[in-house]
Amino acid sequence: MTDATTAAAAGARRPTTAASQDRPSRMSSSFRTPSAIPGFGLTYGFVWFYLCLIILIPLAAVVLWAGSLGPARLFALATEPRTLAALRVSFGLSFAAAALNAVFGLIVAWALTRYSFPGKRLLDAAVDLPFALPTAVAGIALSAIYAPNGLIGSIAPFKIAFTPLGIFVALVFIGLPFVVRTVQPVLADLDRELEEASATLGARRPTTLLRVVLPTLIPALLTGFALAFARAVGEYGSVIFIAGNIPYVSEIAPLLIIMRLEEFDYGAATAIATIMLAISFLMLLAINLIEAWSRRRLGHAR
Amino acid sequence: MELKIRNLRKEYGAFPALNGVSLDIRSGELIALLGPSGSGKTTLLRAIAGLEVPDGGQILFGDVDALGRRVQDRNVGFVFQHYALFRHMKVFDNIAFGLRVRGRDRRPPEAHIRKRVLELLDLVQLNGLEGRYPAQLSGGQRQRVALARALAIEPKVLLLDEPFGALDAQVRKELRRWLRQIHDETGHTTVFVTHDQEEAMELADRVAVLHKGDLQQVGSPDEIYDEPANPFVYAFIGDSTALPVTIERGRAMLDGAPLVLGPVDAPEGAARVHVRPQDVRLADESESVVSGRVMTLRRSGQYRRVDIAVGERHTRVEALLPPEAEIAVGDQVGLAFRRFAIFPEEKEPPKLGLAREAKAA
Repeated sequence: MTDATTAAAAGARRPTTAASQDRPSRMSSSFRTPSAIPGFGLTYGFVWFYLCLIILIPLAAVVLWAGSLGPARLFALATEPRTLAALRVSFGLSFAAAALNAVFGLIVAWALTRYSFPGKRLLDAAVDLPFALPTAVAGIALSAIYAPNGLIGSIAPFKIAFTPLGIFVALVFIGLPFVVRTVQPVLADLDRELEEASATLGARRPTTLLRVVLPTLIPALLTGFALAFARAVGEYGSVIFIAGNIPYVSEIAPLLIIMRLEEFDYGAATAIATIMLAISFLMLLAINLIEAWSRRRLGHAR
Repeated sequence: MELKIRNLRKEYGAFPALNGVSLDIRSGELIALLGPSGSGKTTLLRAIAGLEVPDGGQILFGDVDALGRRVQDRNVGFVFQHYALFRHMKVFDNIAFGLRVRGRDRRPPEAHIRKRVLELLDLVQLNGLEGRYPAQLSGGQRQRVALARALAIEPKVLLLDEPFGALDAQVRKELRRWLRQIHDETGHTTVFVTHDQEEAMELADRVAVLHKGDLQQVGSPDEIYDEPANPFVYAFIGDSTALPVTIERGRAMLDGAPLVLGPVDAPEGAARVHVRPQDVRLADESESVVSGRVMTLRRSGQYRRVDIAVGERHTRVEALLPPEAEIAVGDQVGLAFRRFAIFPEEKEPPKLGLAREAKAA
């Protein structure tokens, strides 16, 4: 979504000056200018059509439905204690899982790009498994292993499955590939001379990693974080098996929506959906702004 | 700081990058490592910096063995071809980096760092640009920042790896002159790598020519150009043509006919006579070394570039003649050599060459 909109915005920004010099009276044609890369009109139109069809119309329907409830009712439904607890569980754990993935995903990506070792290709392929596995399968497998009588659950000193910690484990599982796959290409392209320059200037290895390598990875790391976070917020299949789904404790917002739908309480379902939509949008917007800012600092502004 | 390199060896797999190179670098001199790609010049530079670990040999900084020290402790300034600036840092922070990462006991106070950075910006003529990011600078400006960053740590030796290779011709020339100026002002021992002979000859006090991991010749630009030590250096530096000859009883024979060179003190057997185009002139039959037929005539700047076929096998000799020389394609002309060199035909690099002035006839 972000790529398409920024591309459209960039496309719209550039041509205006050139065209308005040619024909200052006809502002309507200022979008189009002769170009060596034709197809702006076609692709621009397609972007709008496609985004409307796939994303904007369904989302608008949710918002419209919620609006028809009236602001007072919407507010009451959204601030219901059980809803608030579910939202806190969903967003809080998603954020924590994405943060953990950012750290360990970076290490995985580092090992996979920097070193060669036996079984590297196998490991590299295994990173994608959480993408490919049906989420329900992942959920059942995870709950079997982390349940009190499971492989890991039986030796863990505390309960993992059927607690918020279980949700966290599931969200970490599904989010890992996003960080690894976004950071990997950037790491592979990272100029080794930067690290060599840092070393000749007297910087020890930890200093080089912290002050030279990490800052150049920040944009990619943020993208990976945002993707993992967004995926975790919407995750349903793998979580419900391991969560235990105890109201106020380990009940996620998507589950609450399903429950309200099953009770034919469409108003409450859309109210929760709208809140989730709003929070997700604001968080992704914030992450994108930070990312754009850090990218600009690195000198490849989009 | 004086540098001594002793019998340095480095192999990549079976490919020898350095074949036992020994080189003394004098304190305060500006020396160029010149050679075609794959000659080992960059490997040598990186080994001095500590970015490459040699397989054998010694590198001495003064009397200290540098191989026992890590890159971080060698205190060298290294400038990369593609600048390797830290893109997320402003120019100021790039230059200050080497001072700021020092251990607490050796780190100067921030006010001192600031003063030093501003001095360096002044030295590299980038005053007022300390707040820019590298992406906001031109290529030439970036390379100046890279140099300032390397100089900030007050290096024992300054190493530059093809420093102007990524810049266009105009900027390159300008920076060349400017680097010489900086060197004369700061007096750092400086080693730079280049494959551009013009750059090496113009900029350096001494030039070290490398080929296939072996040091071919070290000397002042004049020595390198006027007294090439072996056929490789003769052919690599400047233009030249080579005539395949046989030495028989002190005479050079081209396709069975003698060249009128006077007595030749080369060993008997196959050899080559090297001559530069500007050292070839037209001559009467009485004083000519060899005669041949004009094959092509081209105007090249203020000269006429002429190809002449000599001997029975029509070996090509190139000559730079003044435009007023009255010749045409197909003419039979006599040639004399102002200066030439004879090297015996050998696979291995030969001993010292036999270049000498030819006696003017």
